[in-house]
Amino acid sequence: MSTTGQISPVDVDPTGFGLRGGELMPEGGEGYHSGSAWRMVLRVFLENRLAIVGLAMILFMLLFSFVGPLIYHTQQVFNNPNIANHAPGAAHPLGTDPVGYDVLGRLMLGGQSSLEIGFAAALIAVGIGVIWGAAAGLVGGIIDAVMMRIVDALLAIPFLFALIVLGAIFTTSIPELIIVIGFVAWLVPARLVRGETLSLRVREYVQAVRVMGGGTRRILFRHIIPNTIGTIVVNATFQVADAILYVATLSYLGLGVPPPATNWGGQLSNGLSYVFAGYWWLIYPAGIAIVLTVVAFNFVGDALRDALEVRLQSR
Amino acid sequence: MIGYLIRRFIQAIIVVIGVTIITFILLHLLPGNPVRAILGTHASFQAVKQLTDEYGFNKPLPIQYFIWLGNLVHLNLGFSYKQNQPVLALLSQRIPKTLFLVGVSLILAILLAIPAGMWQSVRRNKPDDYVGTGLIFIFYSMPTFWLGLLLIVVFSEYLNWFPSEAPQDQLGLLSQLNGMVLPVVTLTLVTLALFTRYMRSSMLEQSIQDYVRTARAKGVSRRAVLFKHILRNALIPVITLIGLSIPGVLSGAVVTETVFNYPGMGLLFYQAAEADDFPVLLGVTVVVAIATVIGNLIADILYAVVDPRIRYVS
Repeated sequence: MSTTGQISPVDVDPTGFGLRGGELMPEGGEGYHSGSAWRMVLRVFLENRLAIVGLAMILFMLLFSFVGPLIYHTQQVFNNPNIANHAPGAAHPLGTDPVGYDVLGRLMLGGQSSLEIGFAAALIAVGIGVIWGAAAGLVGGIIDAVMMRIVDALLAIPFLFALIVLGAIFTTSIPELIIVIGFVAWLVPARLVRGETLSLRVREYVQAVRVMGGGTRRILFRHIIPNTIGTIVVNATFQVADAILYVATLSYLGLGVPPPATNWGGQLSNGLSYVFAGYWWLIYPAGIAIVLTVVAFNFVGDALRDALEVRLQSR
Repeated sequence: MIGYLIRRFIQAIIVVIGVTIITFILLHLLPGNPVRAILGTHASFQAVKQLTDEYGFNKPLPIQYFIWLGNLVHLNLGFSYKQNQPVLALLSQRIPKTLFLVGVSLILAILLAIPAGMWQSVRRNKPDDYVGTGLIFIFYSMPTFWLGLLLIVVFSEYLNWFPSEAPQDQLGLLSQLNGMVLPVVTLTLVTLALFTRYMRSSMLEQSIQDYVRTARAKGVSRRAVLFKHILRNALIPVITLIGLSIPGVLSGAVVTETVFNYPGMGLLFYQAAEADDFPVLLGVTVVVAIATVIGNLIADILYAVVDPRIRYVS
């Protein structure tokens, strides 16, 4: 219901498919919604309960991983085999791992790595992808065709295959992991941004800039990219989720970072051999952490996308 | 239509050539002398020189590329010194098994995702949608290997319904269907989650189109509109999306095979990565990439068959 309590066209459901009237607005209509387009995006986004839950979970994970160790001190560098594999108890709320580290502390440390790598890799992926895609879309012609064929060729190689091959070639450390994931993941934003650029290119204001003598670079950075921010942000959110999954999978496959550094995926793979002996605390916390974080990012990304589609419809 | 097909086909060939170039570059990014990698660090100077000449490693790179390409076309994918077999032989053993896993999972996922997506789009924002969407999200967000492990723990260890390892014998996987269940279920669940999301958003996109409003205004029942109009139009983009997600399914297959020790191409790839067996790694990459391109081509052709608009626009 709208805030004033009156029934507005936004709340009517003409076709019975559960879609309110406001979402059936034809392109170009603006009348029923108040506030600027961005405010409406925010409103729809915040209406989505899952988005709020997602944001809360992300915040929690960030605090847990980065602020947690300041509150809950554990020893993470020297191992202590005497207390290895202890079940959760008073001293160690989540037990200890095979070399004696406290699992809860490890989880926090792993969270730092996983989140850092996730964000950084997503940043690189989106950064490269946006520039490549926008440039290709804007320049057009043969150069665009070549750039996009390169993207197509790289896309033909499944991400994991490329990651494994690159991981086998380059030694593993956190910066290299970030670069490897970023270099594999930039393809999707590139395609998306190119598509958006192509459709934005023919808009009147871009043509106006050209008429006024603006060069390609100006159009690119001051007009095209700001208007694709919506799509880019949505994709970036999903990239973070995917990057965290990639890191987890790579670590499971043994191509992650060496100890004492750790991330959730590595904890999972380390704890594997013990799970059948009943040491459940070695894998469930890390696994649940991964799932919760990735789910949270997916919620947020989905809600953002829904919110932006509403904006598109009233443009 | 023919014009579109020709254009698409040429595109696909260019992409395949691009893939071979990329794989070739990867081969030469490898650290160290490839001959030393094959022969080991204690090989004699004579042996190194002989192998170098034999393989043409001292020729300029472009010529090497064309030699390699020529080999590829003759289906000579190199020789794996770690496993002591030609790469082609290894692949032909493993590919059918992976094809089976991926094929069954894909078909199951598609068959289940279509009704699931439809149901979710109709029950949007009602409680069952939240539950359904929530479940789908969770499956979608799980690392594939974790889902596999969970299934093993629950169904293999506690319930003892299925074995935790896929059947290993050469006679065939069908000899022990029991062991096939968990790997297929794992891959299917992950793929199903993805496809259901596609289906749901595609159905929703169609539901807000004007023709739906028109049909309803004419008095067509909700059910008829759903099945005769929305569903058909919603399936169209989903076809392309399914085609595009084939690389992802293959990646999932690699992980699933690793978890369940399933003797397919994915496991071969992983073992080769561990053993630094580069001929195998690159042979698999090329095969997989070409399969992906073919898959996309088929998806695009299907798309053109089903939706006449794009034949003329693109």
